Amino acid sequence: MSDKNLPTWEVFIQPKTGASFQHAGNLHASDKEMALQNARELYTRRKEGTCIWVVKTEDIVSSNPEDQASFFDPADDKVYRYPTFFKVSKKAKGL
Amino acid sequence: MATDLLYKYVLGLGDDALILGQRLSQWAYKGPFLEEDIALSNISLDMFGRANLFLEYATILKGNGTSADELAFKRNEREFRNHILCEQPNGNFADTMVRQFFLDAFYKLFLQKLTESKDEQLSAIAQKSIKETTYHLRHSSKWIIRLGDGTPESHAKVQPAINNLWMFTNELFEMNEIDHEMVKQKIGVDCQPLKMEWDKIMDEVFTEATLKKPENIHMTTGGREGIHTEHLGHLLSDMQYLQRAYPDAQW
Repeated sequence: MSDKNLPTWEVFIQPKTGASFQHAGNLHASDKEMALQNARELYTRRKEGTCIWVVKTEDIVSSNPEDQASFFDPADDKVYRYPTFFKVSKKAKGL
Repeated sequence: MATDLLYKYVLGLGDDALILGQRLSQWAYKGPFLEEDIALSNISLDMFGRANLFLEYATILKGNGTSADELAFKRNEREFRNHILCEQPNGNFADTMVRQFFLDAFYKLFLQKLTESKDEQLSAIAQKSIKETTYHLRHSSKWIIRLGDGTPESHAKVQPAINNLWMFTNELFEMNEIDHEMVKQKIGVDCQPLKMEWDKIMDEVFTEATLKKPENIHMTTGGREGIHTEHLGHLLSDMQYLQRAYPDAQW
């Protein structure tokens, strides 16, 4: 088999139970099982996680860099969207 | 005498891991693609780790100051007790995967039983190794299915690999005097009953892979007695070169 035929997959690792999955990198594999095994070989050999997701790169829908302005800029003038905008009462503990 | 038998028993288990590890390491930087290259190297390292555990234990049993390195690098071919399947050449990728699949399936069953050993050291090594072997078997069995049920070319390579290596599989289940004594002392594993379970794994995977199980193949043996195929000597000359040329060289 030639590596030209193997599609790429994106790897997401959950560092610990309950935590969000984080993008770790990508790899080549011919099928789901191989993708999972290769992810284990490449990204978790030092006990980095508790769970792995793999997803075909072509199945990920990405925004275009040209859309950057319309997607992200409008947040700039709405400071109330940031938690730091709000005063926190000193009496509120554990926040 | 009793310790000597256990020593030889442990040595055989260590040699299996050492020789297979050395074979797999020969794939490093030559794998069919990067990810599989790393997978083979990782399995090789697992085998070296296991060899180290068994051989370190063997040195304790021997008790004459011999080190595990000396066992690995200074014994001659006839003193190695590994199953001859372990020393068979890598061949093409299908040959390597078939060899691995046969051994992974055997060791999965063997190590499960060895965890029950009365010998605490062997039981501990088995408990550690079984986790790796479970993964190794998953890796190799999926490859057999992929190759068998893959392209006409991959099918045409994996079936001959099975036919050629089948003759070395019966040795895995043979019981010599040492094995019988170890079973009697509840230290070792009775390999005979494992054959049926091993055959079941073969049948399941071969069916899914559209491969045929060989029949009426002449079986060969001898590894546990130090009688090897011509391939082990070449492997050792490579593996032992440095210690032979520069005795006691250190990192």
